[in-house]
Amino acid sequence: MPEAAVFQGLSWNPLTDMHQLFAYPFMVNALEAGTIVAVMAGVTGWFMVLRRQTFAGHTLSVIAFPGAAAASLAGLPLAVGYFGFCGFGALALAGIAGSRRSLSAESAAIGSLQALALALGFLFVSLYHGILNGLDSLLFGTFLGITTEQVVVLLAVAGAAVVLVAIAARPLFFASVHPDVARAGGVPVAAMGFGFLLVLGLAVAETSQITGALLVFALLVTPAATAHQLTARPVLGIVLSVALALAVTWLGLALAYFSIYPVGFYVTSLSFGSYVVVRVGRALGRRRQLTARLALEAA
Amino acid sequence: MSAMAASPKPPATRKEAAVSFEGAAVRLGGRTIWSDVSLTVAEADFVAVLGPNGAGKSTLIKAILGLLPLAAGTGSVLGRRPGEAKGRVGYLPQRHGFDPGTRIRGVDLVQLGLDGTRWGIPLPGTSSRKRDAARVAEVIELVGGSAYASRPIGELSGGEQQRLLIAQALVRRPKLLLLDEPLDSLDLPNQAAVAALVRRICEEERVAVLLVAHDLNPIIGYLDRVIYLAGGGAVEGPPEDVITSETLSRLYGAPIEVLHASDGRLVVVGQPEAPFVHGDRHA
Repeated sequence: MPEAAVFQGLSWNPLTDMHQLFAYPFMVNALEAGTIVAVMAGVTGWFMVLRRQTFAGHTLSVIAFPGAAAASLAGLPLAVGYFGFCGFGALALAGIAGSRRSLSAESAAIGSLQALALALGFLFVSLYHGILNGLDSLLFGTFLGITTEQVVVLLAVAGAAVVLVAIAARPLFFASVHPDVARAGGVPVAAMGFGFLLVLGLAVAETSQITGALLVFALLVTPAATAHQLTARPVLGIVLSVALALAVTWLGLALAYFSIYPVGFYVTSLSFGSYVVVRVGRALGRRRQLTARLALEAA
Repeated sequence: MSAMAASPKPPATRKEAAVSFEGAAVRLGGRTIWSDVSLTVAEADFVAVLGPNGAGKSTLIKAILGLLPLAAGTGSVLGRRPGEAKGRVGYLPQRHGFDPGTRIRGVDLVQLGLDGTRWGIPLPGTSSRKRDAARVAEVIELVGGSAYASRPIGELSGGEQQRLLIAQALVRRPKLLLLDEPLDSLDLPNQAAVAALVRRICEEERVAVLLVAHDLNPIIGYLDRVIYLAGGGAVEGPPEDVITSETLSRLYGAPIEVLHASDGRLVVVGQPEAPFVHGDRHA
């Protein structure tokens, strides 16, 4: 086998194929960026699912789209648009959560915000005619076009997000599952909720640049939701959430490398597939338990 | 409207007060919930907080926690201002009920009572970590929850959830336990069992307990004292002194009759509709 970085297609020899994956700098960057994003998304996603803020997280990811479009229009770096809009979105969502009268009113308010974000995004895109080629990457990411500098920025942002969540892990967990008692015990529950949304917005803005605004969800919500199905233990749940996010990212990148289909498709489908398998498996397990109990009672 | 004179314990031997309010009042949104409330809860006393909806029972608990400021009068909790003795006050809020999909183990919930306010992540295997785990197991055993504490809380029955939540409130060895309607939505056998459990905890752990209740009957045999809130004021004293036609009529400002059923149950008849019965019942 020649050592030169020449694309040869799938050889079915695992060692050769692994070697191929790391031969191109763009693939190395994609793997590094994917790893960073997967760890961060696995951790924050676990808390997002626990707090039932999936809809809020989804809205933040949609807000990333007009953010990027606005930045293109204004001639600013895309990152400025992503972080600016997601930060503002986190503020708005925290305001909605803070003033909520009921859960249904909250979800309606979040939905309205999401519709506005999409409308703004398409307005900016149509105002900026030259962006049309970039629309694809705004929505579906630029996984394979990541530069080394971007990887460094990602590492700094993701590292900050994970450290913040780790510092606040126990009070955040407390405030999420038992807010009344947490408040009485001195946990700043409202500030905690806002801070978490801000970190989530940061995480989403960052993830958006890799997987695109629409595919953020593949990494943020599905591995975390699967982990919550698999275990009720908090530490194990976070570890599983990260492990699943890593697995689908690596596998998705490898599959995309050897095929003509995009990375986002594989990452999303693999996440979704694992979620379905776990849910069906749990439902079957419960049924078997029930049947066994009924048989025992009948005996 | 204190009924201190009716105390069965002579003042000289009275233990340190867990809670003491003098002429206290709370206002919420410009409305006075109650005023001129004076009461004392002694160490290891089991006290029920009774009264109609909207009388301010949960408000009293929140004032003791320091979550609501006193508009008048003074209050002291474990010798300090309300809200300043957090580590020594256990609290169980009005049931919010974990839905069946809540994937949190009971044992993690109890653990939160111990370390939920601490920052950072604990290192596994340290001696303090082991001490914490031992304390969590001990308090779960105390409430009789060892058999189901490792199952997700959403899959447990109301009575089982309530026991684990009491364990959570107890895990830091508080000197004062505030239980807001812990018997609400439990069936009668479970109400009796939880009431007996609270009495036992009160004696064994030397904790003063304030328990908000809708119905006096499941707990009357276990109580030391009663705080009855109604008509914007309160009466405090032993149950036999407070739950009388005369005292309640004075409190409500309307004729009230307390009937003694042959099985020992008390029935309060003629209590007027609470003025804010359609408002927020958490007030």
